[in-house]
Amino acid sequence: MAIDVEEVATGASPNSARVIHVTVNGVTHRSKVDARLLLVHYLRERLRLTGTHIGCDTAHCGACTVLVDGIPAKSCNLLAVMVDGRSVQTVEGLEAGGKLHPVQEGFTKEHGLQCGYCTPGMMMASVALLAKNPNPTEDEIRRGISGNLCRCTGYVNIVKAIQYAGKKMQEAPKGGA
Amino acid sequence: MYPPSFDYYAPTSVDEAVRLLDQHQGEAKVLAGGQSLIGMLKLRLAQPGALIDINRIPDLSYVREDATFLRIGAMTRINELHASDAVKARYGVLFDATAEIADPTVRNWGTVGGNAVHGDPGNDLPACFLALDAEYQAQGPKGSRTIAARKFYTDSFTNVLAPNEIVTEIHVPKAAAGSGSAYSKMERKVGDFATAAVAVTVTLAANGSVAKAGIGLTNVGPTALYAAQASDALVGKTGTATDLGTVGDLAAKAASPVADNRGPVDFKQDMIRVWTRRTVTRAIARAKGGS
Amino acid sequence: MAEATPIPGGIGQSIGRKEDARFIRGKGNYVDDVNLPGMLFMDVVRSPYAHAKITGLRKDAALKVPGVLAVITGADLAAAKLAWMPTLMSDTQMVLPTDTVMFQGQEVAAVVGVDRYAAADGVAAVEVDYEPLPVVVDPFKALQPDAPVLRTDKGKKDNHIWHWEVGDKAGTEAALKASAVVVTEKLYIPRIHVSSIETCGCVASVDVSGKLTVWMTTQAPHAIRTVFALVSGLPENNIRIISPDIGGGFGGKVPVYPGYVIAVVAALTTGKPVKWIEDRTGNLTADSFARDYHIEAEIGADKNGKVTALRVKTLADHGYTDAAANPSKFPAGLFHIITGSYPFSKAFVEVDAAYTNKPPGGIAYRCSFRVTEAVFAIERLMDNLAHKMNLDPAELRMRNFIPPEAFPYTSALGWTYDSGNYAGALKKAMDTIGYDALRKEQAEKRKRGELMGIGISSFTEIVGAGPSKTFDILGIKMFDSAEVRIHPTGKVIARFGTKSQGQGHETTYAQILAEELGIPVDGISVEEGDTDTAPYGLGTYASRSTPTAGAAAAVAARKIREKGAKIAAHLLEVSPNDIEWKDHKFQVKGVPEKSKTMADVAFAAYTNHPQGMEAGLEAVDYYDPPNMTYPFGSYICVVDIDKETGQVKVRRFVAIDDCGTIINPMIVDGQIHGGLTMGFAPAMLEEIPYDEQGNSRAPSFLEYLLPTAVETPKWETGKTVTPSPHHPLGAKGVGESATVGAPAAIANAVIDALQPYGVTNIDIPISAHKVWRAIHGADAH
Repeated sequence: MAIDVEEVATGASPNSARVIHVTVNGVTHRSKVDARLLLVHYLRERLRLTGTHIGCDTAHCGACTVLVDGIPAKSCNLLAVMVDGRSVQTVEGLEAGGKLHPVQEGFTKEHGLQCGYCTPGMMMASVALLAKNPNPTEDEIRRGISGNLCRCTGYVNIVKAIQYAGKKMQEAPKGGA
Repeated sequence: MYPPSFDYYAPTSVDEAVRLLDQHQGEAKVLAGGQSLIGMLKLRLAQPGALIDINRIPDLSYVREDATFLRIGAMTRINELHASDAVKARYGVLFDATAEIADPTVRNWGTVGGNAVHGDPGNDLPACFLALDAEYQAQGPKGSRTIAARKFYTDSFTNVLAPNEIVTEIHVPKAAAGSGSAYSKMERKVGDFATAAVAVTVTLAANGSVAKAGIGLTNVGPTALYAAQASDALVGKTGTATDLGTVGDLAAKAASPVADNRGPVDFKQDMIRVWTRRTVTRAIARAKGGS
Repeated sequence: MAEATPIPGGIGQSIGRKEDARFIRGKGNYVDDVNLPGMLFMDVVRSPYAHAKITGLRKDAALKVPGVLAVITGADLAAAKLAWMPTLMSDTQMVLPTDTVMFQGQEVAAVVGVDRYAAADGVAAVEVDYEPLPVVVDPFKALQPDAPVLRTDKGKKDNHIWHWEVGDKAGTEAALKASAVVVTEKLYIPRIHVSSIETCGCVASVDVSGKLTVWMTTQAPHAIRTVFALVSGLPENNIRIISPDIGGGFGGKVPVYPGYVIAVVAALTTGKPVKWIEDRTGNLTADSFARDYHIEAEIGADKNGKVTALRVKTLADHGYTDAAANPSKFPAGLFHIITGSYPFSKAFVEVDAAYTNKPPGGIAYRCSFRVTEAVFAIERLMDNLAHKMNLDPAELRMRNFIPPEAFPYTSALGWTYDSGNYAGALKKAMDTIGYDALRKEQAEKRKRGELMGIGISSFTEIVGAGPSKTFDILGIKMFDSAEVRIHPTGKVIARFGTKSQGQGHETTYAQILAEELGIPVDGISVEEGDTDTAPYGLGTYASRSTPTAGAAAAVAARKIREKGAKIAAHLLEVSPNDIEWKDHKFQVKGVPEKSKTMADVAFAAYTNHPQGMEAGLEAVDYYDPPNMTYPFGSYICVVDIDKETGQVKVRRFVAIDDCGTIINPMIVDGQIHGGLTMGFAPAMLEEIPYDEQGNSRAPSFLEYLLPTAVETPKWETGKTVTPSPHHPLGAKGVGESATVGAPAAIANAVIDALQPYGVTNIDIPISAHKVWRAIHGADAH
């Protein structure tokens, strides 16, 4: 399925815009974008997937973390054109068939979020961490999410949330997305 | 915090990329992982007329060890280098450094070539490549050449590369028997540039003394620094407290840090002294078969 | 509290949060998620200079940029009499400058474009000519007679803003003179910044009828509406402020920033909705800072270590205007809580404030108006006193604590503490961490030359503003409100004048109502933040929501029960006097099997209410607390120091908190974890320093160091429960206790470790190079 969200680029030179094909949460989009458009703005403003947030502009906070071909990336530090032909997963793609991803479940069960702003990026980093290391130690979790800043929780319950999800995913290997 | 407009090219071969660079005569920038460059674009510290995105060029991402070199494709992501078995087993300095650059998410996109040539004195890999006596293979319109890392860096964000050249591969001399290496980074928090960081490589002679040594320093000068005198002084030594004192002092002397939020000059020099001692000790231990 | 049938989700239960469902799905609705048809975007030109005359400003090039529609300058605003606005401290602040910029990062002009990229291109194209003026960065130099005067616009002849003092000056001086021991210390609490992960922003929109709606990142929507009405002259019924989901506040989203006002002007002039979202550098360089207090404190004690008197002299750096968010009658907020947990018989505090070429502010950073400053000073001094007298710091505190039986206790500086058990909290903290064993380990390590330190902080907080006689915002009294309405089927909608920024009000308030109304929590919806629907309130900051709006919820519910009892009596055919509220039901006294639930009563309130009684079942309460509440706690921190590098590692941190009655233990624990981290951060990492030219040396997260999960210690928490005697539920508020209490424990641990070097102070943040200097001296190597 391809959804065309073509839009007139404002750049002056023909080489300053480009048509890209990106699969986001399983849906392929064909879009003409300015080359300078950041991936996070493509997701938030063109596709209206506003779960991915912007916090710092300098690639320090990780609120904009999404998975590109399964690997975490700070979407405010990539150009949309760089994901042409790739597959992107955002927080909106975590829940599958009305069933929460174990990481989502862990974050709410263990009170791993307060204001909710860092949460989508934090959860995407957690999903990738558990995919690579299904049974991480506390220190591995803390290192694994060190590209994401949280100002509310003090990380204690985020660690517990990831442990919860890890356990749940081990118990039911096919659970979750 | 929004990049200015630029022309965008996504060549699929190095030749095409070099041709584009040549056409733009210094007005173009190479986009590798983008983890430093895109930030500079957003701050509008860089306003290139064109970006040459080399992410679409196949076969620039690999870690291969042959008879003479560990060969690292320039577009190898930092986390990929960290995951290499050869690196984990024999190139401790790279294994250490690739766990400390920026943060884990940035390391998924940041490339080895980008970190090596970007030219920020805070980048961690240059000191490693200086210590390892690596070479950078660069391709330009007239073909390819190799440049010793120790001759590569001229000033902050400045190097000997011509505007129409691209680094395609990094050659690290193959780890000899009895060699060991380590990298220590003192940082205020994850994601920070080093307050001071030290890369050390040693090869031990049969009698256990150092036969060959290289010491590189991060973020204590306008570029990463090769501490030649300290490296030379380590040769023939075994790593006693006196040896470490001498080598640490010489490394500190090689450093020319500036005061900033990370600390004053004398502190940073002393940190080079301390971390040189500690890192030499670790490198020797690894050479002897420790981890 | 032994209830026969606990109501699902009632008080004391760690139920999951109602708000999580949207947040974990990426369905929160933050300001930047608001998207209106035809919406334009605004970006801001900022000053590169800390002090300069604007000699020229040209829009032409910017207006030629594709997609740019308008450039707004100070001159444009001056024409509408909007170039200046009042601060919450009745000082004045520029919205946009007409002639002079006063700090680096100040808003100079705004550009409106079709999208963010066009607006940013326009910002780059605005041409401004500056003539640099002498810069005043140091508040001590600012008060010297030869300093350039910054606020000539106010007719000022110097940079002194105000002097404030409280206490017995002469008595304190005499008591200090008579004391066997006196310790004095100069402490600087630097400029820091709340840096919620969501920056500030708004969307301003005017409809055809002239009604202005502003979605904005504000912790106090109602107060903002009134201020907007007073400043702009728009009728208040034509202003609607919506505070949607907020990505962290911590006090930083209390003030009105120029960006909001300019965006409203832009919406009014273009006739289109305008969105402004601040970038991180704008946030760090122009939004309100916290702290920046230069404190000189002295305490005296008798030969047994019993404290006698306290004297404090402080200089506050407010930047170019006093824009503190401090809704009290005291210009230095609640700083005079500084006598802390100890019965000083004499105390005297004076604070002077100065203007400098730095951004304005003086907000809380997750504390109740200068309480962290006070707690840090007294707790640091208590440790220094212990070291000087060669007493164990825990023992010194135990000798001095105000005893539980002394409450309510009136301090030397006039506060009446509601309740406390300070020794109980410290004892529990010591037992939890194994204090005696740690002191033994420290003694052994010290012999080997290793540096280990143990630090204590036994803090007393003051929250819940406030009694309206001493607390207001520009004259609006600091009550807060709840409006509770029960539907015919026994389900509840409740609206509040506060606004959660992550504290979990949708859950906590619902739990209070569940308990008080006997309705399971799933049947209760809580709304906040829309001034068209919510009752008037003063907002959420300074840990005031549970003490005020939480109390209002309880009182409103009790009003509903009064009416409910009459309906129940009608249904049960008894006199209202025979009805009692027991086990979450209306029961006939002594006949428990004859009862009606609140749902029964609610249905009757719409279908079968007694003749002559008004239909419906609802109540409103505007709660004006009789006193502040005084949460407290004892924290113990253990650090190990790398002697060669000066790096400090927090090995353990035990926090025992007492916030009175706990509504949701899980949420309270979460608040404490977060608060501890925001205490650790300024103690170890965060600071915004300025160079001599007034350039910010921490304009992004590259230099403004928010801790990650790696640096953050593994917190160990525990509690004691000493209810507030005057709060309807006994609750005290908890959001900020840990931020207030933690920094002193960490700093005390470092100073304790460095006792072999005779160190009495290292200013926070305790970075490695400062510790290295303290160990190695000025001429190291």
